Amino acid sequence: MSALALSRWQFAITIIYHFIFVPITIGMALSLAIIQTAYHRTKNEKYGQIVDFFGKLFAINFAIGVVTGIVQEFQFGMNWSQYSIFVGNIFGAPLAIEGLLAFFLESTFLGIWLFGKGKVSDRVHLFSIWMVSIGTMFSALFILAANSFMQHPVGYKIDPATHRAVMTNFFALLGNPVLIVTFFHTLLAAITTGAAIILAVSAYQLAKRGKTPAFSAAVRFGVTVLFISMFLNAFVGHIQGQVMTKEQPMKMAAAEALYNTQTGASFSLLTIGNLSDQPIFQIRLPHLLSVLADNSWNSTVQGINQLQAQDVAKYGPGSYEPPVWVTYWTFRIMVGVGGVLLLFGALGLWYMRRRRLDETHWYLRAAVWVAALPFIANTTGWIFTEVGRQPWIVYGLLKTSSGVSNLSSLSVGITLVGFTVIYTVLAIVDGMLMFRYARKPLSEPPQSAESAHTADLVY
Amino acid sequence: MGNPTALQIVWFTLIAILWSGYFFLEGFDFGVGMLLGVLGKSDMDRRLMINAIGPTWDGNEVWLLVAGGATFAAFPVWYATVFSAFYLALFLILAALIFRGVAFEYRGKGLSEKWRKWWDAAIILGSAIPAILWGVAFGDFVHGIPLNQAGHFTGNFFSLLSPYSIFTGLTTGVVFATHGALFLSLKTTGELRERTQRLARKLAPAAMAFIFAFLAWTYFNANHINDTGVVPGILPVGALMLAVAAVVLVQEGYFGWAFTSIGASIVGITATLFLNLYPRVLVSSTNNAFSLTIPQAASEHYTLVVMTIVAAIFTPLVLLYQGWTYHVFRKRISAPGTGGEETMPATAPTPD
Repeated sequence: MSALALSRWQFAITIIYHFIFVPITIGMALSLAIIQTAYHRTKNEKYGQIVDFFGKLFAINFAIGVVTGIVQEFQFGMNWSQYSIFVGNIFGAPLAIEGLLAFFLESTFLGIWLFGKGKVSDRVHLFSIWMVSIGTMFSALFILAANSFMQHPVGYKIDPATHRAVMTNFFALLGNPVLIVTFFHTLLAAITTGAAIILAVSAYQLAKRGKTPAFSAAVRFGVTVLFISMFLNAFVGHIQGQVMTKEQPMKMAAAEALYNTQTGASFSLLTIGNLSDQPIFQIRLPHLLSVLADNSWNSTVQGINQLQAQDVAKYGPGSYEPPVWVTYWTFRIMVGVGGVLLLFGALGLWYMRRRRLDETHWYLRAAVWVAALPFIANTTGWIFTEVGRQPWIVYGLLKTSSGVSNLSSLSVGITLVGFTVIYTVLAIVDGMLMFRYARKPLSEPPQSAESAHTADLVY
Repeated sequence: MGNPTALQIVWFTLIAILWSGYFFLEGFDFGVGMLLGVLGKSDMDRRLMINAIGPTWDGNEVWLLVAGGATFAAFPVWYATVFSAFYLALFLILAALIFRGVAFEYRGKGLSEKWRKWWDAAIILGSAIPAILWGVAFGDFVHGIPLNQAGHFTGNFFSLLSPYSIFTGLTTGVVFATHGALFLSLKTTGELRERTQRLARKLAPAAMAFIFAFLAWTYFNANHINDTGVVPGILPVGALMLAVAAVVLVQEGYFGWAFTSIGASIVGITATLFLNLYPRVLVSSTNNAFSLTIPQAASEHYTLVVMTIVAAIFTPLVLLYQGWTYHVFRKRISAPGTGGEETMPATAPTPD
């Protein structure tokens, strides 16, 4: 395999792996901050117990998110040096700002939160988990600002002397329409993920050990947050689809496997067989694609063949078609899984209203498995976004094949194997620890004021 | 390309400051990690050592991420050339940092003695490898790596291992270990503290010797190998004087001052290296004229202005709250029931 192909695999593996842990961190930080606020306000012990219990899971997960994030930041220069030189003027800034604003905030205040109990006041302790949460959101904002530039370059010009992209307007970068929808879509997805974990672990505990005030409350919290975030995200996702139809029509045409431009286009719900010409079986919903694309019954949606011809006229000869089957199926899986999550959340709310949530055993047992769904949606969503942009690394400006470093296949092969082995080992260890701590019983409320202040030896 | 602009010099300086801060801060937590096998006789010793850096090591490591990000933003060509040229070396550093980072968190959460042994090894190697390899990398920046006229790296992994860069790596390894021992002298109590202080007394003269030899070699390089480097005498001489002061102070029992001295010496050494580079960012060993310079590597003026404003607003804030955490965790830590400065029955994460 070429160094290019190996570098692409390495990037894909690293970022997918990194993004297993990141949404948990973002989502759980916010949830923990909210629950700790409830504890601070009400002094109800059950909230304190939830925070302590999930705080351990949070810390286990946070560590692996951080260390894989370092790889993430370095691999642009390591494997994509031509890309880094081309966009460095623009792309480096949000990365540096992410470090300065977000990484310092979350790591420093996580230290205070984990080790500072009893050393700082309760109010400062609460403040620190909010700072961690805000840090994670800043991090998402700035890294997505960088990614959104790759999806839809704004606020730049091409320097005629160096042929590099240079920044002309920083605020255009932050006001990128793709960034705004992507940020909310990603943030809500992360909140759903965190809620699904809290729900799953609490449901497991209730099913196994019977009702406890803490886990009953945590299940209610998880269901509520899951439903609200999922419900909002359905709308944000819809808007995002419309923005992308405008900015990257090829990606959305590929998502639908729409080869030829159609008016009043139907939505392909699922296809068996070949996507391009004669499928064996498919279900199509009339007019729905036009409605999704711009809220009108009979609008025209452009097809892959027509867009390909336009791109050739614009950018010169070559194929501008992303791998259609990947985009088509990842998009469907993401949306379908989102729908299932929404229904599951709604059902939970219904049980909650009837005050039967914490004793409906089938629901609690199902919730444990439902926790896998947000990860599937997160992963397929990002595969869709990144693969759908191909062959471009920066849409319309630089092709992926022109961005790679001048490295030997051997070098990249060594690191690809190395990282894959490391990630596999860590996934096993992390999974083991998460399950171990998720199954532990609740810690007893502190017996005395003295033992409440014993966080010195956390490790 | 002409001379560097004022803003380019500002960012070159800021990156020098970020690396100095990184080596000062993570220098001692690398040191603590490296010494885990030497000083940590019992499991409780090792836990105390890890907890001494527990709340702050992650924040220290962010200095590296910000240094990397700032280099990317302000000098994209530098970032791209170095990171792709040092490809396999960086992989080793990353692998080490990955295992080290999770090891702190996972070590105490396991089931068995064996589990902890494995993670202890991860902490020791994960601290020693980057401590040495960062030194090697900085040695290479100054001493030069094969770069052709187009600024492309023409060597391989082994062209990064010159005698000078290896010696630089050994120097950072020994100096960080000393820095870590001095930090632990300030953070521990009882028998562990005594052992730590004895080790610090032995390590400090070694660190001084390495610093002396390293600075002499650097001076020789600057004058005879790639002589466009600027080495104002005050910085290397100051760095050496501080190392000498650290040796004296540690013998006299002023561990706090010795820690500060060796830390300041680390900053002085880093500053020497950066000044030696100026106005280049990466020296070509093929031909000094092919070296990558600040103007060649830098971003456009507008990007630097944006970054300067952001840095001016947020850096003081970061320094303030990071400094505050060191204040919060300023006390020595001791084993439960030994009556240290803070008595606390620690809730050990007992495997059940």
